[in-house]
Order: sequence, then structure tokens, then C-alpha cells
Amino acid sequence: MSNLLDLLVAGLATGAIYAIVAVGFTLLWQTSQTINFAQGEFVMLPAFLMLAVMHVGAPFWLAIILGILLSLLLLGLGFKLLLVDPMLRHGVLPLAIATMALAIGIKEAVKQFFSAEASPFPSIVPVGDVSVLGRVVSLQSLGVLALAIAAVIGLTALLNRTSIGHQMQATAQNPTVARIIGVPVERMILLTFLINAFLVALASLLITPIYLAKFSSGEVLGQAAFIAAIVGGFNQVRGAIAGGLLIGVVDNLAAAYVSTQYRAAVPLILLIVIILFRPQGLLGRPEERTV
Amino acid sequence: MRSGIFAGLLLVTVSAATAFAQGAPIKLADVAELSGGGATVGNNWKNGIDLAIEEINGKGGVLGRKLEVTHADSQSNPGVARAQVQKALDNEPYVLLGPGYSGSVKVTSPLAAEAGIAHIMGGEAAELTQGGNKFLFRTSFGQQSSMPKVAKYINDELKAKSVAIVWVNNDFGKGGRDVISKEFAKYNIKVTADLSTEAGQADFAADVSKIKAAAPDAVFIYLNEEESARILKELKRQAVAAPLVGETTLVGQKVVELAGDAANGARGHVGLTTDAPVDLVKAFREKFVKKYNYVPDHNGLKGYLAIYMVKATTEKMGKVDAKKFADTLHGLTIKAASEPGILMDVTFDEKGDIDRQGFLVEIVEGKQVVKQVLPKLN
Repeated sequence: MSNLLDLLVAGLATGAIYAIVAVGFTLLWQTSQTINFAQGEFVMLPAFLMLAVMHVGAPFWLAIILGILLSLLLLGLGFKLLLVDPMLRHGVLPLAIATMALAIGIKEAVKQFFSAEASPFPSIVPVGDVSVLGRVVSLQSLGVLALAIAAVIGLTALLNRTSIGHQMQATAQNPTVARIIGVPVERMILLTFLINAFLVALASLLITPIYLAKFSSGEVLGQAAFIAAIVGGFNQVRGAIAGGLLIGVVDNLAAAYVSTQYRAAVPLILLIVIILFRPQGLLGRPEERTV
Repeated sequence: MRSGIFAGLLLVTVSAATAFAQGAPIKLADVAELSGGGATVGNNWKNGIDLAIEEINGKGGVLGRKLEVTHADSQSNPGVARAQVQKALDNEPYVLLGPGYSGSVKVTSPLAAEAGIAHIMGGEAAELTQGGNKFLFRTSFGQQSSMPKVAKYINDELKAKSVAIVWVNNDFGKGGRDVISKEFAKYNIKVTADLSTEAGQADFAADVSKIKAAAPDAVFIYLNEEESARILKELKRQAVAAPLVGETTLVGQKVVELAGDAANGARGHVGLTTDAPVDLVKAFREKFVKKYNYVPDHNGLKGYLAIYMVKATTEKMGKVDAKKFADTLHGLTIKAASEPGILMDVTFDEKGDIDRQGFLVEIVEGKQVVKQVLPKLN
């Protein structure tokens, strides 16, 4: 039990990143009925955009700024205008399949233009240790956790305490009524895509120093975040956050106390159990459909 | 008159065919991990091959014939590797090169043996050359050669009484873990943690927590390059102070590049390193860096050597004969003095295993430092 604190901190740090990515899933689903199966690749790409900027001699801080701006442009605006809008009119399923194709396209393009090999990526959190409750805890884990929590708190504040947030929620709950009462629905939906792009860029910035920059790194991350979103509740931002943290911690504890070899199965088992007993997810709300 | 014309045409045709055969390139087939988890392995291997071929062809080729290689991507997947080898063998290459992953070699070597052509590869799993395949040749030490040296180092130099073993759950990792576990038992070194991990694993937090809880005197790490870098970073993150020891894949150039400061202090036995205190190796390094603009790891050396094995063996035979190639290479000693491309004196035994100098290295301030040169056995 002596390493339980280490495992919890590491699990929460990873889980917080899953949560950020999972929040993107729920935001897009709520506002535009989009399931983005390229979400993992959306996390992988910003790191390479930042590396590309650094490659031409720019400092890391500038690479971060430009990387985030490029992410907003490509993964926010471009994704919505070039893929979601044209495909959504054909239904959710064609769009979901289109995002799968997009995932493959992004992965292969990165492999082609950068490298199939992993690349190192600088950390924005200093490497070192701090003492917490008598245990040595990695500063990087705490830093990642703190930044991820700050992002989530910021997002929650935006959604709950600002006019824009209320308009976004109104759009999510019922776009038709929102439009009638004067909410600029299209603008709110675009804002959601831009927020998702910002979140994946942030997740990329936090996780790539640990996982390394590699064209295939989005696969695991996208899957974990998708499971987290379902476990927590696909239609609730707070559910995605809870699901992300839960998956991160359960994954680490399972690897430590159950079996490393079967760790990949544990989140899936958790998913099955939760779907069986609570189909809407831990914090999700049941959705009824009139036929 | 008519028979005279026919005989003349036949003579001309045969002469032309012979001339064409003499001038035709010698076809080699390479199947390597150009993408997927082993991309570092495969790309270094490929670049080493290309560099050697460029050099040899620039000097007139082998017995007056140019070398020509086709590269195919196994995607680091044994199933894909097998399909690619099958496809490559349809073109009747002179020699098959690669792959680098032991699991892929295991499923592809029977195909080359069936075709009766030599198979020069990069896998290190002990079992590969133990099954009696007469066509399989290593470019690096097998685990049966390297692991005893590592265990001896941990016992003699580090005086460790307990170790944690972290290994990747594939043919390469399991082979290494099995051999070194037996070696530890000989020295009465207790294994306090025996951790299997997955190829491509990204998160090593739980594994390192287990290592911390086991509090070993040393940690033996036997993972692929990218995972080695990730676990080194995590070991540093969780402030594990025990010495970190491994084999070639722990202290390679790519690991150092990926792990950064976290690689400092890692040590291990390497069969090949561009930091070896050997003039020909230094010259190779310079040529490689000039061509590719990065320092290769051991796989670059392996690919390079594979081609010079082909050259030396063919020149020893005095003809291009795919069927006799393996017989000639068994028991052959290639001296660096007469074939500089082989870099160090090397001997191949009857199983296709290799004997040459080895090195004990430590990563100091981001660079491999050779601490000890282990001599060739025979």
C-alpha cells in the first residue's frame, strides 16, 4: 500500500488528460451530434505541429502558441467546415465513418511527412520531485494534474457562469428552441469545435512529453477517452471528467494490483459493467426518444 | 547450311544471356520494421543497408555486379512480415535481409529455409538459431551470448543481491527474460519483481511503482527502444535510485535521444555501438551521419554489416551462388583488415551465431561511454 499515493497521483494525472479529451467528445456530441473517432489523432497532431514550428528554429513558447492557433484552425474550424457540415446532413453514421477515415488520414500523413519513429517532446512542467504526505511525488504528475484541472474548471466556469456558456448549453439542450429565443446557434456550435480544438492541443502538450510524439499515439488515447466519456455519461461534461479520472486511476491500480498483462481489458470491463447497470453512464442523464 | 545458321544463332544467344547474367544486378530483398512499434529498428537497419550498397556499388559492386535491394515494410507485425517475405521470395532474391524483431524472424525464417536461401537478420532471441535452421544468420549477439555477460556484470560489478526484471511480452523480451533469470539463479540473485509489459506501452507509472515497492538493488530492463525511453523517463519521474541495467536496446542512440536526461546512468552490454573505440566503426559513423544527418543506433550497424557479410561471402565463393551461400558463411571468419566494411573481425558458427568483440557502456551526459571492451571469444 505504500505506493498507493504514487499510483493515485499518476493515475489522476493521466486520467485528467483522458478527461480533457473526453470532454471534447461530449461537447461535440451535445452541440452537433458529432462522434469524432479521430479525437485521439486530434491529440497527436498538435504535438507534431509544435515540433514542426520548433524545427524551423522557433522557441518552445512560440511553438506552443502557433501550435494551438494551428489546431484551432485545422481541428476546430477546418474540421467543422470541411467535414462535419457536409457530412452531418447525411446522418450521424456517415459522419462517424468519415471521422474514422480522417483518423487514418491524419495518422498516415504524419507518418509520411514527419517520421514513423517516435520523437522527444519538451515538457512545460519542470522535471523533479516534491514531498507530499511524506512521499516523493513527481512534479510532472502534479503539474499535469494541476493544468488539466485548471482547464476543466475554466471550461466549467465558462459553461455555467457566462452568457456564452448559457447559450452553448441552450444550443446543446435544444437548438431549435435556442434559435427561436435568439441564440446564435451556428456560432455556438463553431465555438464548441474551437473549444474542443483547444482542449486537444492542451492534452497534446501535457501528455506528449510522457508518451513521446508518435504518429500512432492517438489510438490508445482516443480509445481511453471514448470509454471515459461513455463510462461518465456521454451527454454530461461533468460525466466525462469523472469518467476520465476514473479510467486513469482504475487503469493504474489494475496494472499494479491485478495484472499488467490484462490492464487494457480493465477499462473495457468497467465499461461493460456500467452499461449493464447504468446505460446513461455514471453521471449522464437518460435520453428519451419519441417514436 | 541451315544447321550452321542455327548453331550460330544459338551461340550468339547463349553468349548474350551469359553476358547479361554477368552484368545483371544481384537482387537482395529486405523486409523490415519501417513503421509501427519497431520503426526505429527498421529504419536504421534500412539506412545501414542502403549506405553499404551505395559504397559497394560505387566501387564496382560484388564480382563486377551491382547490388540491388528492395525494401518492404513489415509494419512491425509478424503476420505482415511473413506475407512480405513470401512476396519478396517470389522474385528469387540472392539473400533475404531482416526483419529486426525476433517474433517476425521466427515466422519468416522457415520461408527462406524452404526457398534454400540465406537469411541474414537482426533478431536477438536465443531460440532463433537453436532450432537447426541452416540458413539463418545473426548480425548481432543472441541472448545466449549477451545475457550471461549482463548477469555477470550485475553480480560482479554492482554486487546486487536482488533485481527487478522488466521485459516486453514478445519473443524478444520473453527470450531475454528466460535466459537472464537462469543466469541470476546461478549467482543466487533474487528476483524481487518480474514485470511483463506490452509492446507499444505508453504508460509505465504502475510498473515503476511496483519496482519502487520491490526496492531491488538493480533493475534489469529489456524492452524495445521507444518503451525503454518511456520507462527511463518514468523511473526518473518516480525517483528510482537503483542502477538501471539492460542490453543494447536500453542504451541505444534513439533511447538517449528520446529519454533525454532520464537516460543518464543507464548501462548495459552492447554488441554494436557507434561509440565503440574502433577506428572503422568511427569511420562508419561519420559516413552515416553525413548521409542521413543523425547518429545511428546498433540497427544501422547491423544493416551495414549484413551487406558486407553478403559481399565477403560471395567473394569467398568467387561466384554468385544462392544455394552455396549458407554453407560458405558457416564457420567463416571475416577479417576487418581484408574487408573493412565488416568493421571488426567476426566469425559465424555452425548455427549462424556471431562471435566478435562486445562492449559494456554507460550513458553519461547523454552520450554512450564505453566502459569495457569484451574480447572476441574465438
